[in-house]
Formats: sequence, C-alpha cells, structure tokens
Amino acid sequence: MKQYETVIGLEVHVELATKTKIFCSCSAEFGGEPNTHTCPVCTGMPGALPVLNRKVVEYAVAVGLAANCEITRYGKFDRKNYFYPDNPQNYQISQLYLPICRNGYVEISTGAGTKRIRIHEIHMEEDAGKLIHDEWEDSSLVDYNRSGVPLIEIVSEPDMRSAEEVIAYLEKLRLMIQYLGASDCKLNEGSMRADVNLSVREVGAGEFGTRTEMKNLNSFKAITRAIETERARQIELREAGRPVEQETRRWDDNKEYSYAMRSKEDAKDYRYFPEPDLVPVVIEEDWLEEIRARQPELRDEKMERYRREYPIPAYDIEILTGSKHMADLFEETIAIYPKPKEVSNWLMVETMRLLKEYGQDPEEIHFSAKSLADLLELIDCGKINRSTAKEVFEKVFAEDIDPAAYVREHGLGMVSDEGLLRETVERILKENPQSVEDYRSGKQKALGFLVGQTMKAMQGKADPVRVNAILTKLL
Amino acid sequence: MSIEKWTAVQLADQIKARKISVMEAVEAALEQIREKEQVLHSYITVEEEYVRAQAKQVQKQIEAGVLTGSLAGVPMAVKDNICTKDLKTTCGSKILYNFVPPYDAEAVCRLKQAGAVILGKTNMDEFAMGSTTETSAFGVTRNPWNPEHVPGGSSGGSCAAVAAGECFAALGSDTGGSIRQPSSFCGVTGLKPTYGTVSRFGLVAYGSSLDQIGPVAKDVTDCAVILQAIAAHDAKDSTSIRRDSYDFTSCLEQDVKGLRIGIPRDYFGSGLNPEVGKAVLEAAHVLEKQGAVLEEFDLGLVEYAIPAYYVIASAEASSNLARFDGIKYGYRTEAYDTLHDLYKKTRSEGFGAEAKRRIMLGSFVLSSGYYDAYYLKALKTKALIKQEFDKAFARYDVILGPAAPATAPRLGESLQDPIRMYLGDIYTVAVNLAGLPGISVPCGQDSQGLPIGLQLIGDCFQEGKIIRAAHCYEQAYRLHIPSQAERQEERR
Amino acid sequence: MSEKITEQTIEAISILAKLTLSEEEKQQAMADMEAMLQYIDQLNDLDTEGVEPMSHVFPVCNVYREDEVQEFGSREGILKNAPAVKNDSFQVPKTID
Repeated sequence: MKQYETVIGLEVHVELATKTKIFCSCSAEFGGEPNTHTCPVCTGMPGALPVLNRKVVEYAVAVGLAANCEITRYGKFDRKNYFYPDNPQNYQISQLYLPICRNGYVEISTGAGTKRIRIHEIHMEEDAGKLIHDEWEDSSLVDYNRSGVPLIEIVSEPDMRSAEEVIAYLEKLRLMIQYLGASDCKLNEGSMRADVNLSVREVGAGEFGTRTEMKNLNSFKAITRAIETERARQIELREAGRPVEQETRRWDDNKEYSYAMRSKEDAKDYRYFPEPDLVPVVIEEDWLEEIRARQPELRDEKMERYRREYPIPAYDIEILTGSKHMADLFEETIAIYPKPKEVSNWLMVETMRLLKEYGQDPEEIHFSAKSLADLLELIDCGKINRSTAKEVFEKVFAEDIDPAAYVREHGLGMVSDEGLLRETVERILKENPQSVEDYRSGKQKALGFLVGQTMKAMQGKADPVRVNAILTKLL
Repeated sequence: MSIEKWTAVQLADQIKARKISVMEAVEAALEQIREKEQVLHSYITVEEEYVRAQAKQVQKQIEAGVLTGSLAGVPMAVKDNICTKDLKTTCGSKILYNFVPPYDAEAVCRLKQAGAVILGKTNMDEFAMGSTTETSAFGVTRNPWNPEHVPGGSSGGSCAAVAAGECFAALGSDTGGSIRQPSSFCGVTGLKPTYGTVSRFGLVAYGSSLDQIGPVAKDVTDCAVILQAIAAHDAKDSTSIRRDSYDFTSCLEQDVKGLRIGIPRDYFGSGLNPEVGKAVLEAAHVLEKQGAVLEEFDLGLVEYAIPAYYVIASAEASSNLARFDGIKYGYRTEAYDTLHDLYKKTRSEGFGAEAKRRIMLGSFVLSSGYYDAYYLKALKTKALIKQEFDKAFARYDVILGPAAPATAPRLGESLQDPIRMYLGDIYTVAVNLAGLPGISVPCGQDSQGLPIGLQLIGDCFQEGKIIRAAHCYEQAYRLHIPSQAERQEERR
Repeated sequence: MSEKITEQTIEAISILAKLTLSEEEKQQAMADMEAMLQYIDQLNDLDTEGVEPMSHVFPVCNVYREDEVQEFGSREGILKNAPAVKNDSFQVPKTID
C-alpha cells in the first residue's frame, strides 16, 4: 500500500467586529429583523456607491502585523463578478491584485513540535447576504442584513499535513484575532469560516495532486471529519487509477460526507477588474506606526510576561492566556487583589469547572474582576471559609452578585467568636467519646471526623483550620 | 418674449422680483410639453400634480426667504438615469420600467436645495448606451429642429426638451459625449465637468470611471449657474474630488484676450462634414477677433480613443448592469423554472439590443485570457491619451473642435451600423477618458438647417477657461445669428 | 490578433452575462463581436510598452468613512420595488446552495 501525504491549505473568512459595514454606514450587528440593517448601497440599488470604512483597514493591518505579514503600501479593490441572490450587485468587492497583507506566517504547536504555517495573503472583502429556505413554497428568501459586513480572508499556503495541524492553525488564528479585538471568531456563529483545500500525493512526490475545496465546515469536529473523509476518498480514487476532479464540495456533517457542488451554470470566470468606484488604499509610514503602536500584547508575549512576572505554573499560564477575556479578567483582578496564585487558582479550578457545567466559553464569563477580588478578600479576612466561598462563587459566576452583600444577607459569615467555637468543640468532644478514644489511640482519621462534626454543628460557618487547632489542643 | 423662451437665470430673476410666480413658470413649461410631446417625446415621465405641488411649495419657501438660491423656482428636467425620490426612474430601459427610487441623487438634492422644480424625467438611450436616443425602450425622441432627425444621445430627451422650451434647463449625463453631442445636434449648450466634480451618487452607473452629470441649458450662463449649484464634494462618492473652488460663474465676466486656443489638425480629417468644419473654424475666428490666440497642432492618438473607450465603458457596464436581475427591483420575467432561468429570461427580455451587445463585449474583454490584451491594453491607451492632453495643455488654455463630425442624422439610419455610429464619438470620448471638462455651444446650422456644435475642451479643473471662452463666443455669435426660436417666429 | 468568435465563445459569454440568445441573435452576436473586436484591434498598433494601466485619472487615494452607524431607516423603501417579497425578504426561486 502506497504511503500518501495529505496537503492542506486553508481559506479562512473572518467577520470583523466593526460597528458598521465595510462600504456603508448600516449596522454590522449580527441578527436583527430581515432587511432592517440595509440601505441602497448594501442592497445594490442603481446609483449607489461604496465608501470604505477606515476601521476595516486598521483591523486588517493589525491582523497582518500579528501574522508577520508584509503590509501592502499601495493596495486596491477589485470586483469579483458572479450571479447569486445573496450578492446584491452580482459582483463582490474584494481584493485580488493588491491585497492588504502578503507573505506572513503563524507558528503552531502540535504533538510533533512547532511548525510555521505560511500565509499567502490577507485581503478585505464584503460579506454576502443570507439565503433562507422557504419551507412552504419552493423558494428562497434573501435577507441583506449581512450583505456588506466586513470580512478579511486569510489564505494560507498548502503547508498543513493533518487535521491536527489544521485545528492548531485555526486555534492560533482565532486567539490572535480575539486578542486584537478584531473579531470574536466563532465558527458556529459564522464569524469565522474555514474552507479547506485538500489534495493527496505519494510521500516523496515533488508535485501536488489535484485539490478539492470543501465548504460548510462549522465546527472543529466537522473539519476533522471532513479532512479524514476527503483524504480517504481521494486516495481511493487514485488507487483505482481514476482522476481527482478539481471541484468544490459541500460537507454535510449529519451524513458525514461531502458532495460536489457542480453546476454547469456556474461558469467560474470571475472577470476580476479594478473597482472603479473606490480609490487606492495607501498605507503611509505614520499610519502604519500608529497601528503598530496600538497593537495589544498578543498571546505569546503575554505568556512570556506572565512567566517572568508571576509565580504560577506554565500550564496555568497557558489556560489563563488561552482566552483574551480570561487573561483580562486575571490582570484586572490582580490589580485590585495582588495575589496572582490565588486568583489563578480560582480561575483555573472553579471558573473552568463552572464553564464546563454551563457549556460556555471563557469569552462568555460575565462576572467582574471586582466581584472575584472581593470574594478573595472575604476569605483572607476570615469572614468566610473556603467551602462557603465556593458556594458564593457559584452565584458570582452565574449572576455577578456582590459577594460581601450576599454573605451578609444570607448570614454566611464565619463565626469568629473564640468562646463559641470552644464551647461547640467541647460539646462535640462530649458527644463523641469513641472518636476521642480513637484519636488518642493514634487514629488520625478521627480528628477529621471531629472537625467535620464541629463544622456541621456550626453550620459550616467556622474556619476548619481554627477548629482543627482548638480540637488538637483540647485533645 | 414669452416665458418659455427665457433662460433659467432670467426666469430666476423674474421670480425673485416677484414679476412672475413659480406656478406660472411651471404652467408655461407644461403648456409646451402638452403641445410638443406628441411629436418630440422628450420625456418619459411627467407627473403634473407632483409638479404643481412642488411649485406651490417652492413659491412658499421663496416668499418665506428660505429658498434664495440661483435656481429658485426654475422648472428643470432630469435625465432618466438620475435617481429622483418617489419619481419613476427607468434609464430608458424595460428592465427598470417601474423602478421608483427611495432616494434622490446628490445632484438632484442640490438642485432642490437651489430651489429648482423637477418637471419630469427625460428620455435617453437605454442605460446611456447610444448616440441617438433610439435605443430607449419607451420610444424615440425627435429633434425639435427637424422631427425626422434624431436629437443625438444619450441625453437626447434633455437636449430636445431644452431646445423646445419644454423646460428651462436640464440635467444630462456624459460618459462618451452624451451631453455634448446631443447638445450640438439640438442647438443648445451642454457641459461635462471634470471627472469627480459632480457627485455620481444616484447616477445609475454605466462607465463608472467616465460618467459625469452635467447641465444642458439655453446658454453658457445657465450652464455655469447650474454647474455651480450641483457641483460639490460628496462623501457618499469615493471618486468625488475636493476642489479648491466651486465658483464657475465669476469667469463669465472674463474676456478671451490672450487665451491660447489649440486646434487639433487630427480633428479636421476626412471623416468631418465640411459644413461642420467650416462653421467650427469660423467660430474659432470669432474668438480670435476677440483677442484669443489660435494655433493648429497635432493632438495625437485621436483614432485610438474610440476603441479604448468602448473596451473600458463596456467592461464597466457589463459589471454595473449585472445588478439588474429581477430580484430586488424592476422587471422580472413571468415564467421561469430555476434561478438561472430567472436571471437569463429577465435580462434577455428586459435589456435592449445595444445594451446586450455592450454587456457581451464587456464580459468578453474582461474574461480570462482576454483581460490583458483588451482591458489592460485599453487602460494603457487611456494613460497615453491623458499624456497627450497634458502635453497640449502645457501650451494651450483651451482645445477647440467640433462636438460631432456631422449634424443630426435621420431617424433609423444609425443603428444598422453600430461601428459607424461609434465613430461619431470621435471628438468626445477622449475627453471622458482623460477626465477633462468639455462644453458644446451652438455655432451655426448646416444647409438643412440642422444645428452645429462647437466643443471647447479644458484641462482638468479648468471649467473656468472653457466657460469663459464659450461665453465670449456666444455673446459675439448671438449678435449675428438669431436663435432657432426666433427664426421660426420670423418664418411665421 | 483578430479573435475568431465561435458559437462556443458566444455561449460562454452568455452564461457569464446571464443572457439567452436565440439562434438568430447568436449569429448576429457573433458577427457584431467580431466586427467590434476587429475594430478594437487597432489598439495593437499603439506601442504601450512600459506604460502603466491607468484605472483612475486622478491620484486620489485614502477616501474613508468613520465607523459610525447611520441608518437608512426605511426597510419599506428597500423592499417596495421588489417583484416578490415574503417575510420582509426578497423571494427568489429555491437556491441549491
């Protein structure tokens, strides 16, 4: 059996987080009633003209800089001509000849080590509207709310060789772009879309095989499955001596297979030509410097800095920086409550646990740094013990309550009255003579039991450490 | 002189002086329309109630001191490829037969701000593709000087309406000569500004890198005043230029002493009708008598302008017209199976022959394998043509020549031979390619009594010079030659 | 370099331009195109070696909008000219995707 190598390139479309669309001032917000975020420009009315949103250029350059690209100093837009109802002008304004960024790379880490994935180019373009299938009639309905939402398309070189590398690359891009604030990059919401170009060749072969393009990959799982399925399909064809057709295939994740989206009406000549309604984008040195100066600390830099500045393990650093929001929360909390290890613990353990329980992403954390800091203060001051704290934290996580107020309202504060504690301990000792015996005869477990009993009697509102100390003394 | 013969400026003065009301002016125009439309068909849309309502409103605002602009109360016509809010805009095409824009073109906004009353939408070649107004889906327009002849195109309706007193002035659009050529055929004055001077927002695009809106009027002064009203930088048009000055009327005071006028020898070759050539050269001499300095020179590349223009304009048009697909507005075919069926039938039924021809040509020159040889080649030619003009304007203030190689042909003659028709654009297209301003003024008639037009071309942003020269010529010319209207009165 | 315009060429362009031509129209289109291209071929006589293709006549660049929302404010205005509307959307024949 011949050995085959999979060769993969990705075209990733990212919806930018601008307030308005790329060529008009309609809101770029996701959703909304059909056709409420529209105007003559983004619905292709006769006489309408595009005007470029400056923020789009800035985000595109920011992403290019983060991806180590050359920023094109003199760029233009081009028209890509094709007919489809989601495309109101029946041409898309994109960039072919002079895209905003070129020749970059990102570094990924997989089980096999680190690798550079080269980026061929990044260009700006407009998104298309949405087609909704009408269940009642044999028709489709077009909503142009999304038409004109700004996109950047990141085209990689065919440097990836496995689904693992593809996922690592996408994760890397996603995190990078999230850190820049340029997009929330959610595959399942369509703010990040990946098309996979895949071909196979015999190991050692110099040339690339014929590649196919796969679309409609809405999750990492789907991407992985699609890659594996397509690789197998192409190998089977080659083994049978049949040619691989260069085509676009649509992935169906329910059926776990792809099918060719071929249409004889789909003449693939886009007749690109420079967009006459837009003028060139010239990135002068001072504008570039401005954007460079505004680049936030990116993930790798942050990890390095945390390593230097905070006494927390590398694994924790990776998790904390694995989400911009999480990292921001961490930094904001330690600004109020400067104990990085403590804060890190609470984020790593309790927060991650609750996220999993709720099925949420770190980006969705909505409690404030102040709430967490306050909670940790309460523990420090001895107002509540750890197990109470965990209880209160669940509320903080779910509703961002004020921990101090909550503790007061529910009377959860620990008892600090030494006398009362002693009394309770003495009572417990009296009630459990057997355990006292056991402890005195060397059974350490008995102490734990006695602490537990005391805590129960105190309704959990005691510091177990103190209880332990008192017990030990009295015993 | 009866009302409908007044120029826009004369009328505005009278209205301001309260000697005449806006309604009277409007009724005078509507009267002409009623009399002449049967024969001329300058208009596609005139909604009398809407017009009268505007007139009332404008009069109120003039009296309240709100509308004080140069065109306050002047009834004007607008070419039907310029969007007018709530007023049907068809571009002379079946595919937009019922399109009512939800917005005004910027130029129309500015006209309204200046107080003009929009009389109606004028007939034109479909999507501005033509030189005779015979490709309109709504019938031909006839030349008021001789109804057996075309008015020229594509702004034939606007020019005929002005010539016939069916409006006091009009807006046209010019991509390859569409204001200047029909102006010359109809004996009126028409001006195409420097590219980027008047906003294209709301002008239905044909050749985006070439299109400009411009005034068509009874004289140079009117053109200058209208241009001043509609020209401005517009943030909604990325190709709109921020000019240093939008004063186009001060130059009317100036004379032409020492003005250097270049006359291209290449313009006076075998393709030019001798009567036209003679009239144009006579006009040049009139200017010389007033102090201008004439000189013949070789412009160069004149014959390449037309093929370059057709490649570029068709290419852009093929893309600009793709949006007409029966989905968002306009005509939709009745019977269709699939989506692509819908597209093909709608477009095949909705577009006329000339539009289809240019869409096909445009798609071809942009298609893979031909893009370099045709489209890029044309863009390079365009660069060279601009260079030739730059060289010329280093030596001359104004370039003078005919607006068209002949006078208005008979109806039905031109469409048989499209290439011959395209050749008629020889004096005008290069001006669009180089983005320059150009004006056409009447300078005589041929032996059939059909008007001849003189074209003055300026360097970019030099409308002042061509307006100045055109105005001086016009003042001198009118002293000698009566207008068409006056001749007709003489004959009666 | 006169292009020989074949029926295939016309058919390919018709698909790109979404136009249907009858047999007669196809023949006419072929003749028209050939004549136009022959005419346009004059451009080959012009030496454009080393000349940059000029898209825009004036060297204007960097025209932008600020990222501030400004609603058109009328869905009705956007939909009112549509030949077929359903659920405030433009209705088209079913798309295959």
